[in-house]
Order: sequence, then C-alpha cells, then structure tokens
Amino acid sequence: MVVLAIGLILVGVFFLVVAAIGTLRLPDVFSRSHAVSLTDSLGAICVLAGLALYQGFGINMLKILVVLVLLILLNPVIAHATIRAAYRAGLKPQTEEDP
Amino acid sequence: MIDFFLFLLITLSFLILVYLYRVIQGPTVFDRVLGLAGISTKAIILGVVMGTVYDRVEMFVDISTGYALLNLVGAFAIAKFLEQRGTP
Repeated sequence: MVVLAIGLILVGVFFLVVAAIGTLRLPDVFSRSHAVSLTDSLGAICVLAGLALYQGFGINMLKILVVLVLLILLNPVIAHATIRAAYRAGLKPQTEEDP
Repeated sequence: MIDFFLFLLITLSFLILVYLYRVIQGPTVFDRVLGLAGISTKAIILGVVMGTVYDRVEMFVDISTGYALLNLVGAFAIAKFLEQRGTP
C-alpha cells in the first residue's frame, strides 16, 4: 500500500513539473491554458490519490477523496471561464501564419 | 517517510515560484488569472501534504476544501468582470 502510494505521488509530481514547464514556455494564453487545466489536473489527481492511499481505509481517506472530486470538478471549469472571457474580450489564438 | 513528504513540500514550493513568475510577468491579464489558478491547485495539495506530515489530516483537509471553493468564486468574479469590460 505504501509503495503504491509513493509511486502514485512520484508520477503526480512528474506531471506537475511538466505543467510548470509548459506554463513557462508555451507562446500565448490559449496554449498555456492546456498546461494549467489538463496536465495540472492530472498531476493533482495522482498526488491526492497517493496521499489518500497512504492514509489507509477510513474517514481520512474519504475526506481526501472529497477534495479530489472537488478539484476534478472545479479546475477545468475555472480554465474554461477564463479562456472564454479572453476570447470574448478580443484576443485571437496564435496561428501558423503569425510570426 | 517524513523525508519524502519534506521533498514533496519543497518541490511544490518551487513550482509555486514558477507560477508566480507567470503571474508577475504575464503579457495579458488572463495569464495572471491562469497563474493564480495554478497556484491555488498547488496550495490545495500543500495543505493535504502538511496535514499528512503533522498527522492531523482531518483538520487540514477542511482548510483545503474552503480554499478550493474560495478560488472558484474569485476566478469566476474576475472572469465575469473582464468579460463585461471588453478589451484586455
């Protein structure tokens, strides 16, 4: 159980580091939103599932799973609202013709 | 085992610094909002990890839940305001 938890946490940390690198290096706000919403959600899911497994079965595992479900629901919703606001405010996605 | 969780805490803190660079530097205001969303995700994970270190998970998880809901309300308010205001 503990070994599985540590493995899940390490996989999650890998995805979180990849998301941070994507936030630094991607060119415009529409592509950066992929790094923030998709990769970041996957890393957070892996880390929180590992922490819930480390607690063992019980009320603590259930509470961590509540935070996990809340994160799955809310993180893409926040990214979608921000990007919709950016598109309606007049920003255009960067295409291949742009320099 | 405590060393592993300390490694996790230090790694998450460095990731928060990376997102803070995007919040300060970001060309448009939407970059800053996305950076704040990333920081809040890291803060939720930091709360649960600190609860595991101190062996008081049931208390720290409640703080993390409140932080997640507060982040949702704040991000929606900023997005709605910028959407109505028009140009960035």
